Amino acid sequence: MSQLLEVRGLKVAYGGIKAVKGIDFDIAAGELVALIGSNGAGKTTTLKALAGLLHPTAGRLHYDGKSLHSVAAHQRVYRGMALVPEGRGIFARLSVEENLQMGAYCRNDKAEIDQDMQRIYQLFPRLAERRMQLAGTLSGGEQQMVAMGRAMMSRPKLLMLDEPSMGLAPMMVEKIFETIRDISAQGVAILLVEQNARLALEVAQRGYVLEGGVVGLSDSAANLLGSDDVRRAYLGA
Amino acid sequence: MRNVLNHLLRHERRNAWAAFLLAGIVLLVLPFATDALLGRGWVRIMDFALLYMMLALGLNIVVGYAGLLDLGYVAFFAVGAYTYALFGSPQFGLHWPFWAVLPMGALFACIFGVLLGAPTLRLRGDYLAIVTLGFGEIIRIFLNNLNAPVNITNGPQGISQIDPVRFGSFSLGSSHSLAGIVFSPVHLYYYLFLLFTLLVIFVSMRLEKSRIGRAWMAIREDEVAAEAMGINTRNIKLLAFAMGASFGGISGGLFAGFQGFVSPESFSLMESIMILCMVVLGGMGNIGGVILGSVLLVLLPEALRNGAGPVQQALFGKVVVDPEALRMLLFGVALIAVMVLRPAGLWPSAQRRRELVVDDAAIAEQEQETVYDAAK
Repeated sequence: MSQLLEVRGLKVAYGGIKAVKGIDFDIAAGELVALIGSNGAGKTTTLKALAGLLHPTAGRLHYDGKSLHSVAAHQRVYRGMALVPEGRGIFARLSVEENLQMGAYCRNDKAEIDQDMQRIYQLFPRLAERRMQLAGTLSGGEQQMVAMGRAMMSRPKLLMLDEPSMGLAPMMVEKIFETIRDISAQGVAILLVEQNARLALEVAQRGYVLEGGVVGLSDSAANLLGSDDVRRAYLGA
Repeated sequence: MRNVLNHLLRHERRNAWAAFLLAGIVLLVLPFATDALLGRGWVRIMDFALLYMMLALGLNIVVGYAGLLDLGYVAFFAVGAYTYALFGSPQFGLHWPFWAVLPMGALFACIFGVLLGAPTLRLRGDYLAIVTLGFGEIIRIFLNNLNAPVNITNGPQGISQIDPVRFGSFSLGSSHSLAGIVFSPVHLYYYLFLLFTLLVIFVSMRLEKSRIGRAWMAIREDEVAAEAMGINTRNIKLLAFAMGASFGGISGGLFAGFQGFVSPESFSLMESIMILCMVVLGGMGNIGGVILGSVLLVLLPEALRNGAGPVQQALFGKVVVDPEALRMLLFGVALIAVMVLRPAGLWPSAQRRRELVVDDAAIAEQEQETVYDAAK
């Protein structure tokens, strides 16, 4: 299988603190990969470096056959990489519809954008009801839907989700993960960063376990779910 | 059903045109109406109201749309005014035509906007406010001191005998009569300013609905997320500074031609604050609100100046408080009242209004509902 994203020896530091200390991983086209680990393991940092919001101190990022070196964050969106940031990062004082339109900022095919918008509303009927409402007045789960719908509006090849379950009611989490499955079924590759390891491994095909800035374990999601180490450390069983 | 709808729409459109026509006629005869009803001084005040309107609309781009708090905005007004003054006065013996100098002023202001924007790209909120405040002061102090060793700005004395705005041999600096009606310079400038203000309003409206406008608002809401949407936040922020500054530059050039005199005194920090007040008081990010804010803040002090004396005379038989002193006091009270009673401004944008109407209870209820829906 050809790799969509190849990460080799990625190191990222904040000031003097080394948050990510040389990690390798791959994502194939259309694959759903989970990146799990405890607080401070370097998950969000890794994601930010992939999105171009942080500059790695070392390592090689290869995406869709080309290096991502010196490709600015906003240009990566044009290459088909979409990030749903931690805490959702919705535009609170813009309406739901305007938020979705912002997702299509990198495109200018008006007719198809409108079609995609309808598709997002089908995926999240909740948002269709609230399309004219300010996104900041939505509930947490709805905001997560906006953030994911917005990312989908850029027609990504790789969707990077940072803690989509954070702060949501259990019912809502289930709904969001159902949608992640749907999106994955459409052939979009997904890199899912989660603290909720069980949920993440249940939807993912493969998983990487980050520990203190390095990859501790990597295996198929099923094997990781069954692994004693993972169960003890992250699944609480 | 559809027929009825179409009919209504057409009707609506006709009404809109009628309203536009009416507003146009009112704006055209307004200077003569005020002359007749209120007195001679009012056209001049309206001229200033229009200049401030352009300034406030320019600042609205930076503060209202892009969410970048700029406390030194008057610097761009100064750059425009001095550009006009230096290229159209005996100072250097240059008398370039208005149509060349005004765009130059806008361009220079634009460049200064980028100069201010570039080093402050990573700043937001309070920190940005402090730096821009300093920038405004630096420009004013430069203007004040650039009379030695080489005299460029003529220092605190300012530059006088600036050329009036001229179209060929038609000068706005002297009276003209048409069909028996005498148009004095204040009248002529009124129409010129009106034209430019309408242009600025039109550009603002187009910008608000444009891709760039939406990008500004996205940056205002969440800069990291905006970048993750593919927005080149650096360029788009610089563009906000540049666009806002160029409006200020145009207003400055018109001001210089109108006054015939500029000095650093006109560009103090207080002016920046006044312009910001117009934006905030009227309704940040809403063109109508900003226009309302600038009209009120120019007209109210004048009305007070003319009205407070006679009112006190009538009530107490003498003038107890000097109207000039009263002005600042009432201004402060008005500001506080508006911020308490209408925190989003007198005429907020539809979005701000919605934001401030929905309360926490409604959100909580909605959250419940959502969870319930998800469970079904």
